[in-house]
Amino acid sequence: MTLLRVQDLTISRTGSGAHIVRSANFALDSGQTLGIAGESGCGKSTLLLALMGVVKPGLAVTGGLVHVMGQDLRLIAPEAMRRLRGQSVAMVPQSAAMALTPTMRVGAQLAEAMAVHDAIPPDTIAARTTTLFARVRLPEPDQIGARYPHELSGGQMQRAAIAMALACGPKLLLLDEPTTGLDVTTQAGILDLLDELRRETGMAMVCVSHDIGVLARLTAQVAVMYAGRIVEDRPTANLLTRPAHPYARALMASVPRIESPGLPPSIHGSPPPPGETGRGCAFAPRCSRAHAACEEEPALSPLTEGGRIACHAPDHGPLAPTEMPDPVVAQEAGAPIIAVRGLVVQYRRASLLSRLTRRSLPDPVLAGISLTLAKGEILGLVGESGSGKSTILRAIAGLWPPSAGSITLDGANLPARVTERDRTALRRVQVVFQNPDASLNPRHTVREILAQPLRLYFNASPTEVEARARRLIADVRLDPAHLGRRPAQLSGGERQRVALARAFAAEPDVILCDEVTSALDVSVQASVLALIHDLCHARGTSCLFVAHDLAVVAALCDRVAVLHRGRIVEEGPARTVCSTPEHPYTRSLIEAVRRASDVRGHSFGES
Amino acid sequence: MIGAPILRVVLSKPSGAIGVTLVVGHVMLAVLSPLVLPHDPIAQSADLILQMPSLSYPFGTDRLGRDILSRVMLGGRSAMLIATLATLVAMVWGTVVGLLLALIGGRIDTHMMRIVDALSSIPGILIVMIFVAALGVGAAALIPILGYSYGLSVVYIARAAALDFVARDFVLAAQARGEARSTILIREILPNVRDTLAVQGAMQWSWLMLGITSLSFLGLGVAPPTPDWGLMIADARGVMPTAPWAVLWPMAMLSTLIVGVNLAADAFAKALGVDQQLRTVAA
Repeated sequence: MTLLRVQDLTISRTGSGAHIVRSANFALDSGQTLGIAGESGCGKSTLLLALMGVVKPGLAVTGGLVHVMGQDLRLIAPEAMRRLRGQSVAMVPQSAAMALTPTMRVGAQLAEAMAVHDAIPPDTIAARTTTLFARVRLPEPDQIGARYPHELSGGQMQRAAIAMALACGPKLLLLDEPTTGLDVTTQAGILDLLDELRRETGMAMVCVSHDIGVLARLTAQVAVMYAGRIVEDRPTANLLTRPAHPYARALMASVPRIESPGLPPSIHGSPPPPGETGRGCAFAPRCSRAHAACEEEPALSPLTEGGRIACHAPDHGPLAPTEMPDPVVAQEAGAPIIAVRGLVVQYRRASLLSRLTRRSLPDPVLAGISLTLAKGEILGLVGESGSGKSTILRAIAGLWPPSAGSITLDGANLPARVTERDRTALRRVQVVFQNPDASLNPRHTVREILAQPLRLYFNASPTEVEARARRLIADVRLDPAHLGRRPAQLSGGERQRVALARAFAAEPDVILCDEVTSALDVSVQASVLALIHDLCHARGTSCLFVAHDLAVVAALCDRVAVLHRGRIVEEGPARTVCSTPEHPYTRSLIEAVRRASDVRGHSFGES
Repeated sequence: MIGAPILRVVLSKPSGAIGVTLVVGHVMLAVLSPLVLPHDPIAQSADLILQMPSLSYPFGTDRLGRDILSRVMLGGRSAMLIATLATLVAMVWGTVVGLLLALIGGRIDTHMMRIVDALSSIPGILIVMIFVAALGVGAAALIPILGYSYGLSVVYIARAAALDFVARDFVLAAQARGEARSTILIREILPNVRDTLAVQGAMQWSWLMLGITSLSFLGLGVAPPTPDWGLMIADARGVMPTAPWAVLWPMAMLSTLIVGVNLAADAFAKALGVDQQLRTVAA
């Protein structure tokens, strides 16, 4: 019996009737795996939830069916549905930190997950809790249950959430971005665990991710979604090496790879808003191979070498290796524009109490960092969360005064606090934050957002502001029509462009980028990286680019500094560091990146 | 400030439509009533004492033979004026202090809030008593006194609403740019808490309205013979068993106004998404 069968599933908005997911078709047997790839807003999470019989408020299943173990989810009684969830189908939510109840011990939460479904005899629950914690490789499985979620690390919380999903021995495991927000080494560990669990239990898996590397590691088959539709569906290895749909090809190509430094190509334009597709192929407006036939929507039809594709003009050639652009040569490593010497940042001074009780101080966030940023150079700062990389950036920006050390701008000492700096010093150093949703005031129009630095630093008159804002918006490749919009009316990539335009409005000598692409889709990331590269080189602006993803840093930066526990452990030209890492930590970082995205090293499901 | 689409959402719900109608009706009545008074509201007449409602006196007459309809039509004017001005005073100082404390944070915020806590523990009515009963100041003095005591609760609301935003990156970005604190308050934070504060202001106004009417009832507010709902209720409570209409009409006027303001404020809060705004921490 087929474990999961999805036939012509269509999910629409109840109000407008716009389709979020259109005619999805696929089937899965025990032990098989399916990955669903696509950018945000393509409908992949909506589709995944529907496999559990859940549709978000405002949406409804308007066509097709979902069969789980022969049961039609539309016809199933609520009680049977409750039993089905957990015992047959279980889901690991996207963010374990949000999914675990903060006020309940993790062991109790796991016990509750078992008790709710009455599948486990009550007297064996305690023993089974320990077994499950051991199976997800949590340390001290017999004791960790007594901890609260905040006492676990991010990876441990994710493992606890996986244990909860496994509590009643599901036949089908649904994974929604299982490793998003985790460090690359932690990520590799979670992927290893999931792969192992699948092989041990023989359960089927459906995994949704925007990260092709995650799917490559975990699933034997990948379906690529675009604008609510599956456009290509093939064995993973096949798809990764020879994707045929132009969108799938562009998506694969836009992933920065550590083996081939240089900026990955980006996809022009942006996907249509959910449910607003015309008659023809939804990708045609962005497709270089589009022709007259593409005005008719292509059907999802079988490929000779296995799999299915919905395209009138597929490209069957191998994925061209990313053409190597000329090595980005640091512009004659000129005089340093920013020099940091012996920077120490500590959480707080020893209180009287801790001095009396002789408690030792917590490790410093930064333990004597020295680095220089040359004029016109793009310097990458890589490290895992907690390594102190963002702290360096904030210290330079004057938002986090260091306990010791000095920062100079063009040879002149830069005061520790932003409030002590003069207007020129402020203007010359600009910050771009990680999440443009948070860094742009939701009440302001783009015009107002860009006007702020112009008024502050240049006392620009209203006509001058308008002229400069128009130039800036064009520089970040947006339309002047965007000036009148508010952040909520822009896509994530457009918002980050506006944030970049605001930083460049100050005509700075240095921009500090804090994980600016980590909240973006991979194809959008590629275009934002290209934009940063072009803007910095065109203006001779130096850039300190902080990121956790070594591949991203390798793609953009001239030079890389690797940060580990508040110290710089390795520093050098990006290419050298990536190809011949010296420090064991750098090597483990590169190894983890490879492991998380390597296709060859992964064994496919027994199909 | 409030766009037509918001108004349409408010009016589309029965409660919102009723609330807005009641408020608009009361305001129009208060503004236009001097032009359409049926009788002199102050003229006393020994022949007309405690008349039942009739054609010439539709709401009846009071203990001194004055026309209740005319008095009821004018009876909200003084209280509404005082409430409006006191609300303005309360909102302005409460908002400025609340937003500043949220932005400054740290020890200053903690200490100042304890002072606000302490001040809040002194009942407002006591302060009014001290000033009005002991020092004998008039109704106009109520404005700063009430403005001060009601403003204390605005400090809490404004601070809480602003705390949601001061930790966001757009405020950090403004600080990193080197914007002045006043610019950050006015340009970055105020637009985000504006709706919350507007709804809060409407609620404050209705509480002040009740407070002032209570003070008048106790003889500490509007001075006779000015027609005033609180005074009218106080005046007629002795004759309630024999002439219930004399207390009924001013009470009905006051309650329709208060209910109307609350319904309208509630509908606007929902339409503007103020409820969610106060609850969500991060977008």
